[in-house]
Amino acid sequence: MSSASDLARVLRKRSYSSLAFFAALVLLYAASAIGTRFSAATALASAPKAFGWLAENVVPGERALKAMPKVVSKLGETVLVSVMSTVLAAAVAFALAVFASKTTRPSAAAAVAVRGFASFCRNVPLVAWAMIFLLSFGQTVVTGIMALFIGTLGYLTRAFTETIDDVAESSVEALRSSGAPWLAIVVRAVIPSVMPQATSWMLYMVETNIRDATLVGILTGTGIGFLFDLYYKSMNFQAAGLVIVGLIVAVIAIESTSNALRRAFL
Amino acid sequence: MAILEIDNLTKYYKDVRALSDLNLKVKRGEFVSIIGRSGAGKSTLLRCINRMIEPSSGSIRFDGVDMLSLGRSQLRRARTRIGMIFQHFNLVPRQTVAENVLHGRLGYMGAVRGALGLYSAEEKAAAFEVIGRLGLQDQLHKRCDQLSGGQKQRVGIARALVQDPRLILCDEPIASLDPGSAKIIMDHLHRISRDMNITVLMNLHQVDVAIKYSDRVVGVRAGEIVFDDEPRKLKKRVVAEIYGSEADDILFEESPDGLSA
Repeated sequence: MSSASDLARVLRKRSYSSLAFFAALVLLYAASAIGTRFSAATALASAPKAFGWLAENVVPGERALKAMPKVVSKLGETVLVSVMSTVLAAAVAFALAVFASKTTRPSAAAAVAVRGFASFCRNVPLVAWAMIFLLSFGQTVVTGIMALFIGTLGYLTRAFTETIDDVAESSVEALRSSGAPWLAIVVRAVIPSVMPQATSWMLYMVETNIRDATLVGILTGTGIGFLFDLYYKSMNFQAAGLVIVGLIVAVIAIESTSNALRRAFL
Repeated sequence: MAILEIDNLTKYYKDVRALSDLNLKVKRGEFVSIIGRSGAGKSTLLRCINRMIEPSSGSIRFDGVDMLSLGRSQLRRARTRIGMIFQHFNLVPRQTVAENVLHGRLGYMGAVRGALGLYSAEEKAAAFEVIGRLGLQDQLHKRCDQLSGGQKQRVGIARALVQDPRLILCDEPIASLDPGSAKIIMDHLHRISRDMNITVLMNLHQVDVAIKYSDRVVGVRAGEIVFDDEPRKLKKRVVAEIYGSEADDILFEESPDGLSA
């Protein structure tokens, strides 16, 4: 058989398989839409009305100003919770990463265990963690901190492990070959090498956690998320709108602060 | 007297044999170059000596010590007397020249004292002296990521020297350097070997450099030693055997003077 007809056959086969893939996607969408009684047409049609209502009721006006001090203080609480859980998680994650990294692990078994643990922390959704801790700690700030801590721990352990393998491998090899003790290698070579990237990861997680803390707060009855829930359910939509504006401002402020810090560090 | 004796050294990576039944003796203060094409096993050989790679079988005696029988802490102690120099320098880039050179002393320190960087006054003086000898005194407090390649390799040499080593293993020390810096580095290493009676074992792929600087040249091909003699005995025919089809490129790049047909 000639190679040209071979090629044609392969190409035909490929186009068939992509056609089948798209057909499957359309079917999947149709099935889900029927299952949830969702109609894209209705959703689109109701959009203008919804936005009109938003503009009328939710844009914070005079009435919202009274809620201002409360919003600011709860916002502060949420930001602090995120920072605290991230910093705590970063410290523990670094210790775990040293055990998980191919470059610095003292034993392969420890590395497998740590990687497994970190992956478990990461793969259980944050909201599920919040629910689990809700059962044991109740509706307190601790619940939110614990949930954010565990999720962040999973992500940062992974990120720090890869950073160590990335940037510290060569200097660790040099110090190991000179007979330096393990602890001295970690402190003298690994920490200074990974500092900029690790800091950058940590700042990124602070930003992410402020967003996530809001959602977790709705569940755990704390922070800005709780306040939103409260205003929303008591139909004080202007104050709820103020919460949203405050949240957006806070996230942007934190992000520009951390970008400035990154520039200073790197 | 041999400071390094390697007998029947064999290394397998899974099913692939990287070194087979290799024997090598190196005398105190000798300058030995190992040449061979990439993948011949030069790097594996060098790293088996300080057990950065674990050999599969054979024996290695360094300075009267059976390296392969050592436990973890004994191995650490043995490694303090073996300096290592790398193609990519392997420094901590964000730390200063002085800090990187002092890292060479960590092997002699306890874990906590080392982690805290509590170097003694003598250790600091020794580091300062070595830094001066390599002409880096003006760079003392410069961060290593601001140095040129040649300067970085001199920091690497200083770090190895401050270990007070009997043997220095060099893995392609000039492969990432321009010819000018390469010559400076080779001159330093040659002087170290001659004046301080430190044994140098070096992987190289520049045959002409090996001929110019070495007391002895070892040719490795497919994990076996196929040549082990004085540089002047390294004939074109032998180089062709070591390098196979690559030989032409290697030989006529810079046409070495010491080589006769």
